[in-house]
Amino acid sequence: MSAYVTGLGVVAPNGPGAEPFWAATLAGRSGVATLARFDVSRYPVRLAGQLPDFDAAAHLPGRLLPQTDVSTRMALVAADQALTDAAIDPGLFTDYDMGVVTSNAAGGFAFTHREFKKLWSQGPRAVSVYESFAWFYAVNTGQISIRHTMRGPGSALVAEQAGGLDAVGHARRTIGRGTPLVVTGGVDSALDPWGWVAQISSGRLSASADPRRAYLPFDARACGYVPGEGGAILVLEDAATARVRGARVYGEIAGYAATFDPAPGSGRPPGLRRAAELALADAGAAPGDVDAVFADGSGVPEEDRAEAEAIRGLFGPGGVAVTVPKALTGRLYSGGGPLDLVAALLAVRDGMIPASGGTAEVPAEYGIDLVRGAPRAASVRTALVLARGRWGFNSAVVVRQVPQ
Amino acid sequence: MSSPMTIDDLRRMLIACAGETRPAALAGDFADRDFEELGYDSLALMETAARIQDAYGVRIPDERVADLRTPRAVLDAVNGAPAASRTTRPGRT
Repeated sequence: MSAYVTGLGVVAPNGPGAEPFWAATLAGRSGVATLARFDVSRYPVRLAGQLPDFDAAAHLPGRLLPQTDVSTRMALVAADQALTDAAIDPGLFTDYDMGVVTSNAAGGFAFTHREFKKLWSQGPRAVSVYESFAWFYAVNTGQISIRHTMRGPGSALVAEQAGGLDAVGHARRTIGRGTPLVVTGGVDSALDPWGWVAQISSGRLSASADPRRAYLPFDARACGYVPGEGGAILVLEDAATARVRGARVYGEIAGYAATFDPAPGSGRPPGLRRAAELALADAGAAPGDVDAVFADGSGVPEEDRAEAEAIRGLFGPGGVAVTVPKALTGRLYSGGGPLDLVAALLAVRDGMIPASGGTAEVPAEYGIDLVRGAPRAASVRTALVLARGRWGFNSAVVVRQVPQ
Repeated sequence: MSSPMTIDDLRRMLIACAGETRPAALAGDFADRDFEELGYDSLALMETAARIQDAYGVRIPDERVADLRTPRAVLDAVNGAPAASRTTRPGRT
């Protein structure tokens, strides 16, 4: 069984769509700026990767607006893009042959914040009935499924910032079990005041007010990360089905694995390297086959150090090109891994590995070849995408070029 | 509680609560069309019923909402409700 990516949908702070996102990523254009949704001047964290001109009403039917959080609207728009990109016309597949598997880390924060205000100020009956599902992790899967009449297997995976890769891994498994098409990926947005303080509480966000310096993964000056909103939705298809209908193929999801870190103080190493090894084994690939690693790049110094150690251990010092394009978008929670998959697939297509935002000085002891400053022209046939989530989640996906 | 609820009031309330199903879906004479045909499900009507209680003081219990199949049925329920069934303080139960 092979699972091919045949459609890309992107809602990213630096580009509304896969091609604008990719052009911005290669040009080094950032989507990080002072959070504009409310007055953040008295908050300890003030920068975010925001979608600047997202107009849900221009893309979605009015009936969906009262019942959706902004994160779900973004997921629906990304799914529309991906299905259009894949040329999946209604009726091409029967409803039970199409599944939806998405990841979500925050739920519908802004929607719920608004309804909670009604609860405490006007009483329970003022709360929208749509709160019953607008808040929860599976809502993006459900709304995409309803909008496109996809009655095949549907699921939602939650693993903080690693969950987006888990969704794609599970979508591939779903195809292996006999569903020819699965819409997958992840989208998050929690930039209302309540979502913002919830994010700040992790203690891992950058307090820098300089958009060029705030999120510098693997840099000697790394000081935490900038959060963002958005993500990516992909159309994944059974290889034989995609070939028969003559679909354009971006590449293959060739391997996937997830691990969990041991308890703190156990003395055992973190699970990221093992996730990468297991994903490569699942793809039937050796470390020497990998042309580029799209790293998690948390920007928290001790986590950067741990990831550098995992990459160096697996590939040897400077043994593979490493990049963190998410330095230009901020970390998108469930959307981060799928957006990195889009970047990896377009790197395969164009033979260009994007640079890692503003990161300039990588400590020598990290021993990684980080693409910095400008994109690097290189043949990319196989790429490894890594993601970690708070509390010990590690996920890895291998993408591979498919000869056309 | 003041003037009776009109079909225009209901149209505005439906759109505010549950959105427009498609442009002009609630144009012309839609009073006797089925809500399902108009594109509104039971949740849309529950949400609308909650706002009707706020505005008109008439409580339509959730289990009764499913029986109101057309806009006219809703108007009849609101305007025909005996005064005793109206809540004294709109906005609170």
